[in-house]
Amino acid sequence: MVVGDKRRARMLIGIRLALLTVGAVVMIIPFAYMVATSFKHNTLVLQLPPQFIPDHPTTANYREAWSSNQFGHYFVNSLMVAAATTVLAVLLSSMMAFAFARFEFPGRRLLFGLLLIGLMVPTMMLLIPQFLLARDIGALDSLWGLVFFYTAMNLALNTFLLRSFFQDIPRELEEAMVVDGAGPWARYRQLIMPLSRPAIATVAIFTFLASWDEFVWALTVINDPNRRTLPIAIALFQGQHSTSWGLVFAASLIAILPVLAIFVTFQRQFVSGIASGALKG
Amino acid sequence: MIAAYLFLAPGFVLFALVILYPITRAFQISLYHWAIAPGTPSEFIGFGNYTKALHDPIFWRGLVNAGFYMATTVPTQIVIGLVIAVLLDAKMPARTFFRTLFYLPVVTSWVVVALLFRYLFITDGGLFNWFLHDASHITNHNIDWLGQRWTAMVAVGILGVWKGVGWSMIIFLAALQGVPRELKEAAAVDGAKAWARFRAVSLPAIRPVVAFVTVLLVMGGFNVFISVYLMTQGGPQNETQVLLTWMYLQAFSFLDFGYGSAISFMLTLVVLALSIVQLRLFRRPSDNS
Repeated sequence: MVVGDKRRARMLIGIRLALLTVGAVVMIIPFAYMVATSFKHNTLVLQLPPQFIPDHPTTANYREAWSSNQFGHYFVNSLMVAAATTVLAVLLSSMMAFAFARFEFPGRRLLFGLLLIGLMVPTMMLLIPQFLLARDIGALDSLWGLVFFYTAMNLALNTFLLRSFFQDIPRELEEAMVVDGAGPWARYRQLIMPLSRPAIATVAIFTFLASWDEFVWALTVINDPNRRTLPIAIALFQGQHSTSWGLVFAASLIAILPVLAIFVTFQRQFVSGIASGALKG
Repeated sequence: MIAAYLFLAPGFVLFALVILYPITRAFQISLYHWAIAPGTPSEFIGFGNYTKALHDPIFWRGLVNAGFYMATTVPTQIVIGLVIAVLLDAKMPARTFFRTLFYLPVVTSWVVVALLFRYLFITDGGLFNWFLHDASHITNHNIDWLGQRWTAMVAVGILGVWKGVGWSMIIFLAALQGVPRELKEAAAVDGAKAWARFRAVSLPAIRPVVAFVTVLLVMGGFNVFISVYLMTQGGPQNETQVLLTWMYLQAFSFLDFGYGSAISFMLTLVVLALSIVQLRLFRRPSDNS
């Protein structure tokens, strides 16, 4: 009996693995083909039958994308915008989360409710009024303008996630600091922030990736070719070189490589962040 | 107490300026024939932009296309996401590997995957037609995927499912892992078959999570934009416009901000109404118990 059960259990695991492998292959084929195409000469990108391992691989697409098409420049633009947004959004939202988690004050529920509205409104609905706002405050066509708007767009979700994490930190620790005469700023900097490193990391990663990948807003407010970020550069790139798929995908892979590196390194934070956001919300 | 406001102020002022203030403006702009040049007065036309939309065949087509995208991709993502989550909810080798792999498209930028699928759906030389026609002979000719309305919407939908399935999977998996092991085992001891066990124990336990995922996917489905914008540009002849591509064209190509605002405001209303209906539907059974 017991031996039979074990064999049956092993068989069931085998079936699971087989089904998952089929799914995994379907998921991976588009990526694999993209990588293959990025190493092909332009004349061969539509050649059939498809070659997943090119006969005559070349790195020409990567060299051309990086050097002659200003990709290095766009990469730096994206990096600066995403890094500045991350620092600002994490700072401002952790401060707000601290206030919501640790203080009683008039208007607290109202302000938090307003924050939740910001979480629910579809971002595209605000595109037109935000564009007019950006024009009026002179934030069009500027990388700092992007940082300003990206920071604001990330505040609600970050504050929401951080607040629930801060609430779970035992108050006794803070009370001990109060007895020692520590003010709110000291408690925030020396206690709450260091204890919340995992949550801060999650929020920072999400913010960084959201700004790194953001497309619609940048497409709308950036005109100057020198101020393009990677997503718009790649999209417009495809418009200019409509048949140079090798070049397009070399550029794309340069853009998504940092994302994949971050994802694979921090995937535990990813999973917990998404799951906790979903299960609490 | 003053300290609390000081901690809130910098973030909240920014949030109020960039999110709350535009929310109040979104509706206001839609009531005007909006003049683009700063300083020029805009003409108030009441609900003129809304009646314009109701008489605009492409507005309706956009609504139907977005609805079609939503209605096909949401159930598919939920079913496939749930199946993968159930398959992964067991002790087995390579679990993290599979989870990472299925989640990979979720973290990849929409721009990159939209261009990638545009390439895969090329009529002559694309991977999809090669597989369907040359390799498996399922079709007897190459399909002009992105050149016709419904095939193009299907192509956009295939991308949506491929990109989104990892997201629902990861949430379902977390929820399934929260179902007490004793419950699952008790049902197994009772001799319940796997499917019956799943329906009696796991599914009711993760029901709120399924509701949450459904509501968010429906929202996201109606808001489909980047994939259509980059795969078809709404063409040919506006056949594949969805509400947001039509809104974007009106606002930022034709500079009709009033009309664009009216379209996005109506989309928001549709999505809001659908969300409320769904929340009611999902709530009902637990109210009875």
